Amino acid sequence: MGRKITINPITRLEGHGIIDVFLNKDDGVDRAYFRVPELRGFEKFTEGRLAEEMPQITQRICGVCPTAHHMAATKALDYLYQVEPPAAAKKIREFIYNVFMVEDHALHFFFLGGPDFVVGPKAPKSERNILGVLKIVGMEVGKKVINMRRELRELITMMGGKVIHPVCGLPGGVSKAMTDAEQRQAVAVADRAVEFAEFSMGILDDVILKNKEYVDIITSDAYTHKTYYMGLVDKNNKVNFYDGMLRVVDPDGKEFAKFPADRYLDYVAEHVEPWSFIKFCYLKPVGWKGFVGGKDSGVYAVAPLARLNAAEGMATPKAQAAYEKYLEVLGGKPVHFTLATHWARLIELMQAAESIALLARDPEIVAPHVRELPSTTPKEGFGVVEAPRGTLFHHYQTDDQGVITKANLIVATQNNAARIAMSVDKAAKGLIKNGKGKIDEGLLNMVEMAFRAYDPCHGCACHSLPGEIALKALIHDATGEVIEEIMRP
Amino acid sequence: MPEHDPKIVAMFCTWCTYTAADLAGTSRRTYAPNVRIIRVMCSGRVDPQFVLAAFEHGADGVLIGGCHPGDCHYQEGNYKAFRRMTLLRKMLKQMGIDERRLRLEWISASEGDKVQRVIDEMTEELRQLGPLHIQESVAAVETPAYAVAAG
Amino acid sequence: MSKPKVAFYWCASCGGCEEAVVDLAEDILKVVEAVDIVFWPVALDFKKEDVEKMADGEIAVSFINGAIRMSEHEEMAHLLRKKSQYLIAFGSCSHMGGIPGLGNLWNREKIFQRIYKDVPTLPENGNGIYPQTQSQVPEGEVNLPEFFDTVKTLDQTVDVDYYLPGCPPTPKLIMQAVNAILEGKLPEKGSVLAPDTALCDECDRKESKPEKLLIKDIKRVHEVIADAEQCFLAQGIICLGPATRSGCETLCINANMPCTGCFGPTSRVKDYGAKVLSGIASIVDINDEDEAARLFDEKIPDPVGVFYKYSLPSSMLKRKNMGDA
Repeated sequence: MGRKITINPITRLEGHGIIDVFLNKDDGVDRAYFRVPELRGFEKFTEGRLAEEMPQITQRICGVCPTAHHMAATKALDYLYQVEPPAAAKKIREFIYNVFMVEDHALHFFFLGGPDFVVGPKAPKSERNILGVLKIVGMEVGKKVINMRRELRELITMMGGKVIHPVCGLPGGVSKAMTDAEQRQAVAVADRAVEFAEFSMGILDDVILKNKEYVDIITSDAYTHKTYYMGLVDKNNKVNFYDGMLRVVDPDGKEFAKFPADRYLDYVAEHVEPWSFIKFCYLKPVGWKGFVGGKDSGVYAVAPLARLNAAEGMATPKAQAAYEKYLEVLGGKPVHFTLATHWARLIELMQAAESIALLARDPEIVAPHVRELPSTTPKEGFGVVEAPRGTLFHHYQTDDQGVITKANLIVATQNNAARIAMSVDKAAKGLIKNGKGKIDEGLLNMVEMAFRAYDPCHGCACHSLPGEIALKALIHDATGEVIEEIMRP
Repeated sequence: MPEHDPKIVAMFCTWCTYTAADLAGTSRRTYAPNVRIIRVMCSGRVDPQFVLAAFEHGADGVLIGGCHPGDCHYQEGNYKAFRRMTLLRKMLKQMGIDERRLRLEWISASEGDKVQRVIDEMTEELRQLGPLHIQESVAAVETPAYAVAAG
Repeated sequence: MSKPKVAFYWCASCGGCEEAVVDLAEDILKVVEAVDIVFWPVALDFKKEDVEKMADGEIAVSFINGAIRMSEHEEMAHLLRKKSQYLIAFGSCSHMGGIPGLGNLWNREKIFQRIYKDVPTLPENGNGIYPQTQSQVPEGEVNLPEFFDTVKTLDQTVDVDYYLPGCPPTPKLIMQAVNAILEGKLPEKGSVLAPDTALCDECDRKESKPEKLLIKDIKRVHEVIADAEQCFLAQGIICLGPATRSGCETLCINANMPCTGCFGPTSRVKDYGAKVLSGIASIVDINDEDEAARLFDEKIPDPVGVFYKYSLPSSMLKRKNMGDA
């Protein structure tokens, strides 16, 4: 029996995460476990609640992406009451949703994932944080990002009431219409968002893509997994964050399935392990074969990398152009390089920005009629959106009075959970080869990069103050005694 | 197992039910000693927080007595009492407290016999229901370690 | 003179309170200049051991958000209490239990059964496995914190000095609290750091709220299109404003949705849910007993969810009684 290294806590993502690395007697890695010690029980305590309160209740799953839950829940209510929102309401919802995608993706790229790339994985650890980013790209950039996020979040407050836990979602529409003055503000901010998206792409280009070393790391085997990929697509099979059909492609890029939200039970299943509260999703028709990739394993991925694989293109022109370049550089579809997620994220940011510029200008968005009242007896509802971190499923059953009898939630990161676990395991194994067991700081960062690319849900490490990623590796011998401690810094 | 002796907290309005309780006493009507009577000016004075406080401190049942509809000394107090207690009883049911533990009765000043009957009935009903165990200390609920297996 | 030390920690939390701090935007730079943040797992690398090495009371203020749901939360609450001069419950979850507090209508067994066995995405009721505090994997042993039966508030776990209410607290209230701390102008211990009046007081719609408010019917929010200017209660839509503390700048009302009570009660109320239930029952103008009962059954089928949405663990009864007939 060898030693166990416990990395606890992981930081700059979901607050509670643990990695346990088990070494064999030759100091190679037997297995690395990525575990989530968090559970609150939403699928149970929403039973007995009023269905119309679900958008506000379920969004308390996550204060970073509440808008995603709010929209998935609201759409589930549309289905539950069989009521179609008027055009203006749909556009307001889609507008709010895309604004949210821009600001959330910006947050991750600049403050979370950014340091790994803009500063570089081999840079000194003291530089691998937002301050290091600012040194390279300048203080102006920092202010630009903070202000852009603030303006975008003000738009969500304007239409949603609160930006952290919005309130506007109702079955059949939204609670308030958009005024002309609000529309003018929306257009102005949206245009700045498109510029900002181009600016962000420029940084990616200058700092990362022009650097062959970084491109080599992105395309290296240590960070490659060949799995299935899932994402929402519109009727033209282009990426859509708010609505559409779910499309799944296999590791070779061939379409494996395409289904609407209410057929999710035919395709999505979960697997439980005793060492983590999070459940691991897999494709039901393929089956659970363990933490392995490939066509025979049901493991699949969601979020930017997956969405760009599952779709046949982007829905807006600048994003599409960026997408074509992305595929050209990375050698075509499907892209299996986990670290390419950071790039995919910016392409999505571009599409979201272009979308809000279009929606804000749409004359229909200021129409006063924004609600259709329900008239049928409720029974069951399904709502799916693409959260920044992946596909989000809400499924409710109610009694005749619209009181929830059963609720099922598949929350973005769960879809990725198996692949994250595999990524961490592979990174640990790729780094810790049979040797004298000297684990250095490089291990810690390489392992971190494996999970940070996924920007796991609850990624509330929204900004980092001076300091590095908190990691402490405790090396125990077989009796459990700590024989070495490596900390960063 | 010793037979459970229920504790009932009663809140009686001074104009009707409390007077009736006095009448029961002067008429030498005996009734179960399980009730502690609190005099309030009106059944409408009974704040739901009083009911919760009674349960929190160990009451097995709460009985509220007021004037018959239409006879309230303050015109509408008893209507408010009815609405509050109806909604509260519904909420208590969700909280795992049997509806029979919260009882609202209209007892006029001359109905000493009704006071006797209601208290005796409620005491017996609560005896059958058994004691209400409200956890005063939440820490008492925790068990040290768990290993829950499915199935 | 060294800067005062400050710590942030999250228990069973959604991260929204952390986001609220980030939403201070440039103001956060002023905060960073004035204090030394010594522990914030979400953003910084300091670890539990660093806090353990500190002297008792070395941290000036610790802000804790999230409800106490697991053993790890309880341990951290005790540790930070020991090492801090002031402990502030930040947000509805630490203040009153919050949305996770609705779990107090069940217990661990029931919650685990739903999530790890009964949900439709677990084929054949799962593989018969539940998460364990200790489990043996082929390579060795791994641990998880213990999931309690009952959610607790922070002040049911440790002594709390102040409360910042809201789900989440607004940046304005956060800055006011931070400034009060830096200037040494904190109010009496145990205070909630928000105005002590009801929300109706700061609501733009209060002019349309009649002095004698009486309604003949109740409307659930999805059943009507609410008038954008009239008091919600006057329209028959349940709004918890009359019993809820103000200070949020009526953000929900501004989006044409009623108040759901995330700021909790004013200082004069002990049990928030009971008090707001009392208020709603009082304004229903129906004197026929059967009619009133029918209205409540039809329009308020979930009193706990409506009245104790954020505050169940802090109520007098704290949790559902699992043993009654």
